[in-house]
Amino acid sequence: MTLRNLMTTAAALSALAAPALADINIGASISETGPAAFLGDPEAKTLRMEVEKINAEGGINGEKINLIIYDDGGDANKAKTFATRLVEDDEVVAVIGGTTTGTTMAMVPVFEDAEIPFISLAGAVDIIEPVKTFTFKTPHTDRMACEKIFADMKAQGFTKVGMISGSDGFGKSMQAQCKGVAEASGVEIVADEVYGPQDADMTPQLTNIKGSGAQAILNSGMGQGPAVVTRNHKQLAIEAPLYQSHGVASKQFIELAGAQAAEGVRLPAAALLVADQLPDDDAQKPVVIAYRDAYQAATGEDVSTFGGHAHDALAILKAAIERADSTDPVAIRDQIEATKDFVGTAGNVTYSPEDHLGLTLDAFKMLVIKDGDWTIAQ
Amino acid sequence: MSELLQFLFSGLTVGAVYALVALGFTIIYNASDVVNFAQGEFVMLGGMLTVSAYAAGLPLPLAALIAIVVTAGIGVALNKLAIEPARGAPVVSLIIITIGASIFLRGAAQVLFGKQIHRFPSFSGDTPLRIGGATILPQSLWVMAGGIAVFIALYLFFTRTLTGKAVLATSNNRLAAQLVGINTNWVMTLSFALSAAIGALAGVLITPITNTSYDVGIALALKGFAAAMLGGMGNPKGALVGGILLGIIEALTAGYLSSQYKDAAAFVIILLVLFFLPQGLFGARHTERV
Repeated sequence: MTLRNLMTTAAALSALAAPALADINIGASISETGPAAFLGDPEAKTLRMEVEKINAEGGINGEKINLIIYDDGGDANKAKTFATRLVEDDEVVAVIGGTTTGTTMAMVPVFEDAEIPFISLAGAVDIIEPVKTFTFKTPHTDRMACEKIFADMKAQGFTKVGMISGSDGFGKSMQAQCKGVAEASGVEIVADEVYGPQDADMTPQLTNIKGSGAQAILNSGMGQGPAVVTRNHKQLAIEAPLYQSHGVASKQFIELAGAQAAEGVRLPAAALLVADQLPDDDAQKPVVIAYRDAYQAATGEDVSTFGGHAHDALAILKAAIERADSTDPVAIRDQIEATKDFVGTAGNVTYSPEDHLGLTLDAFKMLVIKDGDWTIAQ
Repeated sequence: MSELLQFLFSGLTVGAVYALVALGFTIIYNASDVVNFAQGEFVMLGGMLTVSAYAAGLPLPLAALIAIVVTAGIGVALNKLAIEPARGAPVVSLIIITIGASIFLRGAAQVLFGKQIHRFPSFSGDTPLRIGGATILPQSLWVMAGGIAVFIALYLFFTRTLTGKAVLATSNNRLAAQLVGINTNWVMTLSFALSAAIGALAGVLITPITNTSYDVGIALALKGFAAAMLGGMGNPKGALVGGILLGIIEALTAGYLSSQYKDAAAFVIILLVLFFLPQGLFGARHTERV
């Protein structure tokens, strides 16, 4: 066969193939690299794994999903560019992503203008307050984490709280939210310290908190900072118990801090981390176990709640497209908003026109680290 | 009182980390006036390679040794593949090449090792030592001992050995050095190997404290560079003192003023020092002769 024949055949084949591939284009802009990579990496892996699975099972309404993932590296400007590209070039019907609050907020105006439904994987409450027509999110907010932690502190009789926060976006946002809800939750912030996300030693800040009369310490932060805080907390033998945020909810945290130092640390997190310890009648149990086993088999890594948020976003989107029975973005948006009692890894999701988060405080479980593993706090 | 002691211990811990990184800048700078911006990546490689070798089941000392030797090899490769072909280019071009190399090494590490944060156990356990009501971790002492050992080794190298003097001669005047029979190419290769090895040693010592991941190099190099500038670029004594000083300033600011302004205070002091002593605290005072 000559080269020309070959090319003609190839052209003919692709022409034939094209109509059969009336794929559903779903876009994503995830921070697979950069400072938020440890969030974005499991998210992107989850999306690829789940899309492969859905396509192998015949797709949505008989049509295959064509997943288009861009890596914004945690850069809000890049995220905005990718958002525009997803809308104009890739003609997506819905978008998942925005690993961080920064990238999410940069993309929101693009999708609101283009009327494309957008499910964010970032934490801050600003994303869905005030409610934006086309923007939803799956993770718990940092304000909910603050409320959950303060409620647990009060139940144990602690009302004076020392805060130590990372100076990165997550740490700052949660610090502000916690200070905002402290009074309503009935606790008093008696110390407010910060540290840089790459700092190697936080003993000066913790020494000051120790001297402030705090009965409990709350560390809002993610990445390696909380691991150092936990080690320093142990080093200084501070009696006030240490609370971490949902930002450290992966096994890696215990490894970095060391099981000895992490013993007794309490934190709010989704049920995913304690899948095996859930009671058998818990509706979440089969969902989280199925996701955890699939993720660990596909990647060989421990599951984290961050990948779980991507899993929930895709599952909500899939169900919405099925119900809408069309690929019209506005019809899909309406069906996303109509999501009711969806059981995901983060909890029970019910969206409404006033609530694009859909989770309640019950979705958080209070965990305590014992012998290097998570256990549900009683 | 015990508070002040705790702040000082924290400053010494962090300062020793900065000093170790700063010491790594010294040799390449002395050999070629090039500030090697890939120095932070050498530190990262030391930590990450040790993590990988340790995870593969090797005992920690062997894993650390392998990491240091491999990183020294990467330093040689960097010189042979990127710096030597650009011989004769101005110093600024060479510095930009090292920036490129740092981006390349970071990217390669990301692909090779993944994006997770890693750590391996401390050398002598995590039981803190109590001194006068304050505590310090044994690993901090390891880092300080490492910093002092590297400092002494470098000091002896530059003042007592012929090779060390050859390095200084190459920096002063490459042509004249060649004329008196110094193989300047070999000196450059040696200085990259040694700098990379010191960086990797720093990575091995500090990882139990700082943790490591593919992108720790930038932040470490920035602080190490600041420490080296403060002390005087190219002077091992300056690197050691600059690093410790920077760490203590940060810790005292965080302790007594506000943890919010910790980094700002450190950099303000560096700016002030450089304003009055542009060569740093221990830098050579140059006088250009016309």
